[in-house]
Amino acid sequence: MMRRLEPQSGEFIDRSQPLKFTWNSKKLVGFAGDTIVSALLANNEQIISRSMKYHRPRGVLSADYWDPNTTVQVGDEPNVRAGHRLLETGIKVSAQNVWPSLAYDIKAANRLAGRFLTAGFYYKTFMKPQRLWPLYEKVLARFAPGGVVDLNTPHGYHDKRYAHVDVVVAGAGPTGLAAAISAAQAGMSVMLVEHNHRVGGHLLWGSDQDRETAAELANLAKVAGVEILTDSTVTGRYDDNWVAIAQRNHPGVVERLIKARAKTLVVAAGLIERPYVFAGNDHVGVMLSGAARRLINNYAVRPGHKAVVLTANAQGDATVSDLERAGVEVVAVVDGRKGQTISSASGSSKQLKTVITSDGSKLEADLLVTAVGWTAPTSLLNMAGDRPSYNPTAARFFPTALPDNVLASGGIVGDGSLDELIAHGRSTGKLAAQRAAVIQHRLRTTVTRAVKPDGTEPPLPQDTRKPLVIAPHPELYRADTHGMVDYSEDVSSKDLLGAAAEGFDSVELVKRFTTATMGPSQGKLETVNTVAVLAEAKGETIEQVGTTVWRPPYAPISLGALAGRVFEPVRVSSIHEWHEANNMTPILAGQWIRPEHYGDPNAEVANVRNNVGIIDVTPLGKLDLRGSDVTKLLNLVYTNKWSKLPIGAVRYGIMCAEDGVVFDDGVTGRLSENHYLMSTTSSGAAQVWQWLEMWLQTEHPEWQVHVTPVTTGYTSINIAGPKSRELLNRLVDDVDLSSEAFPYMNVRIGTIAGVSNCIMWRIGFTGELSFEVHVPSGFGLHVWEQLLAQGADLKVHPFGLEAQRIMRLEKGHFIVGQDTDGLTKAPTTGLTPLIKLDKEDFAGKPELQWSLDAGAAGLPVLVAITPNDPSLVPDEACQILRQGTTEIVGRITSSRFSPTLQRSICLGQVASEFAAAGTELTMRLCDGSDATATVCTHHAHFDPEGVRLRG
Amino acid sequence: MLLVPCPNCGPRNSADLTYRGEASARPNPATTTPKEWRDYLYSEDNPAGWLKETWYCSSGCRRFFAVERHTVTSEFREPPLPGSKTPKPLGDVGGRAVVGDASELEGEQ
Repeated sequence: MMRRLEPQSGEFIDRSQPLKFTWNSKKLVGFAGDTIVSALLANNEQIISRSMKYHRPRGVLSADYWDPNTTVQVGDEPNVRAGHRLLETGIKVSAQNVWPSLAYDIKAANRLAGRFLTAGFYYKTFMKPQRLWPLYEKVLARFAPGGVVDLNTPHGYHDKRYAHVDVVVAGAGPTGLAAAISAAQAGMSVMLVEHNHRVGGHLLWGSDQDRETAAELANLAKVAGVEILTDSTVTGRYDDNWVAIAQRNHPGVVERLIKARAKTLVVAAGLIERPYVFAGNDHVGVMLSGAARRLINNYAVRPGHKAVVLTANAQGDATVSDLERAGVEVVAVVDGRKGQTISSASGSSKQLKTVITSDGSKLEADLLVTAVGWTAPTSLLNMAGDRPSYNPTAARFFPTALPDNVLASGGIVGDGSLDELIAHGRSTGKLAAQRAAVIQHRLRTTVTRAVKPDGTEPPLPQDTRKPLVIAPHPELYRADTHGMVDYSEDVSSKDLLGAAAEGFDSVELVKRFTTATMGPSQGKLETVNTVAVLAEAKGETIEQVGTTVWRPPYAPISLGALAGRVFEPVRVSSIHEWHEANNMTPILAGQWIRPEHYGDPNAEVANVRNNVGIIDVTPLGKLDLRGSDVTKLLNLVYTNKWSKLPIGAVRYGIMCAEDGVVFDDGVTGRLSENHYLMSTTSSGAAQVWQWLEMWLQTEHPEWQVHVTPVTTGYTSINIAGPKSRELLNRLVDDVDLSSEAFPYMNVRIGTIAGVSNCIMWRIGFTGELSFEVHVPSGFGLHVWEQLLAQGADLKVHPFGLEAQRIMRLEKGHFIVGQDTDGLTKAPTTGLTPLIKLDKEDFAGKPELQWSLDAGAAGLPVLVAITPNDPSLVPDEACQILRQGTTEIVGRITSSRFSPTLQRSICLGQVASEFAAAGTELTMRLCDGSDATATVCTHHAHFDPEGVRLRG
Repeated sequence: MLLVPCPNCGPRNSADLTYRGEASARPNPATTTPKEWRDYLYSEDNPAGWLKETWYCSSGCRRFFAVERHTVTSEFREPPLPGSKTPKPLGDVGGRAVVGDASELEGEQ
């Protein structure tokens, strides 16, 4: 039996475009413009879901986004709001939370056990014994509501947009439209955001004249240049009117998050219809007046055949005439304003049959429509700090105090005729525009170094709007029977009374205990009923009980929209393409893509130790320091002394934070009197730059120093190995590379392979004779290729990060962040001689002073460690235990098999009592077994005297 | 998200800046005591009211600057100039003070 009516003047559907879809595999047809709900109802599919806990059959309640009874699965997308989602051709729609089927649901047996499933049942029942929780969890998971997530669903394209508008208007009903028009006509940029698919709000399901007015307003808004976003929701208002908007209908984008910074925000969100609490109020066939009117007027769907209408307002009265026009027999109109109400509704699981009124009359009907009042969706106002207060005359909450940059209009603040609502919207838009201008002025004057706007800040325009009247409305919350308060969570008024009796007597506690207002509807329909029932239980007024705080998001937003596009920048050196073409195995180091090796890291090590290798070390942080006070800066940020560093020399230093913890290390060379090049760790480059700027800008603004980051301005290549001098010599004419002229820890500037202004420093992280050259990056690849070409007979071979790590470990050089952590103070590293306490000041000095005064007592010690089994390579981060106990006394920080020494070698931090050379350590390996190791004499496992690198 | 008034870049999302915490003076390292130093490192006054704090415009001009923020209302205002105890509302003074370097900037208008 089809329920589709003859064409209606306000219908959204396009009867020339039938759309086929399936509902639980059943083939159905709807029209373009239908929502899934209207299409289902048109096909006489009344039961759309099963309730969460008791699996009661549920049909349409509000027929909009907030409908708690019409959440469905569409294809691989769970939890789709069928009252809002438009029908598309070919979609596969199915019911959620049913097993084995919607019509016959085994879990409905829960209903029989209903009296045991009261609020807190799960909390109380499954708490103990804890060991059974895994079992409980498996069983309960089957009963959990919600759709099915397909893990193979593609991510889809999501995006973000940043908008800087003067005025954002939330809600495009008559007041929102009027406000947007006024603000735009005053010259402001305006974004009007409408949750539904069309602008016009409640006018759309009103009279023909209402729809004409809506169309006129929409046209005026367009002409005034308002940006209108439909199917988009203002989900949150944050500090300084940072407004988050979820846009669901942007072409090509699954969902787009708009981050709008509005100077003023107008909230014209209208009113949400509130259900009535009575026995059977969640029965299929019981719906709100707004649902009935939308179904008839916008979707040409007859919501039932024989109806009872409970009305307490004009919308309820209008529903009666809508129903009659649609050919529905109105059996009785129960007038809430005259003290009449409904007592209960009942029927079969498929259909409503009987309605009993408060005076005991038994009426036969398959449809019960209620119009008992409104909830003001004050969410966005709450987020702006407002705490609404209850007005018993109007039976709803009203805002109290709003910040200057937020204005409310329409149903949230009062009632009136359509003309009065539009006039209020108009004056609100005008005020919003005036305030936006003042806020704009205020923002501009904060740019103290920019050209300021003329004149002093104008005074903030006061609110001189003619307020809307507050129309009386009977307080209708609960009948003399108990019914559902929260449909999404299956929380009844009985549950709430029970919770209150158990002592959960504040609304915030009751909410968390019963989960009322915490389901997908998020309180839009049920908050005030929850408060009303609690007030009844406590014998207080609704005002005394107060309401819960609405928090963002106003409507759900997908995680994809929050994540946005996959957008992760990567950095590569100028030699990257060569690496890629030459068998690089890449490794991601921070944002850098680097060669880990080119096939065989052990062979790369051997080649460096025996011949010569080159490595691309471009990610090494490089800061160009110039000025007459650079030495002072170096003395301040490094623990050692820099005053006597000669021109042409480089020096190693460690940097500590003010708590004495090592945070970076590197070498700095003096290029000329007032010009230095500082190198930092690859990962610490940005942090060190900020650190230097902090000292220069805050503590010593009088110092003359310029810091310029040049990390990618130079391509850095380390040439290491006994034949490195011979190789570099073939490319350099203007610098004497001999050991006498260019000794270890020195720097020279010269020409390499025809490229002038290259900086070369003689240092040795690998422990071999080596030159680190910094080449202007446009010529990096050229120099790299020349090194390989000119050194072919020397067996030059590139080496990667892994070979470098092995060699530095063979030499016992620690890596900040690997061998040290956020608690490692400088003395732990063994570099105490580099901590010069006789300097007047340096970062971290007081803490280091106190540490060393106490003999570094309590600080762990970084030591070289060799496993007693030379073939055993313990995993990094293995714990070191006190023998025979589980007391942790240290850990392995670096561990590799050394191809040079043909044995495993490690660095580790141990408690000072275990730091003496020769101490035997117990390592707890990752497989749980123990192994022994010995502390070495020297950090360097290889060439501890440094003969090779000084060669 | 807060709008933070950078003296160079103007109002910017707080995510564009790095919060450096309360702007407390670094004790003299030569004379400091462990208690004073660790108070400086780890303790904050955290008042419900006006608080002088340091921000670093890390995605913009890369200047450190001090500003007073009301921790309840999130209003910003200029910190008092050295030698003056009267804070002024934003925009009323000629130059925004970089910490410890206020008077110098005043001439740059």
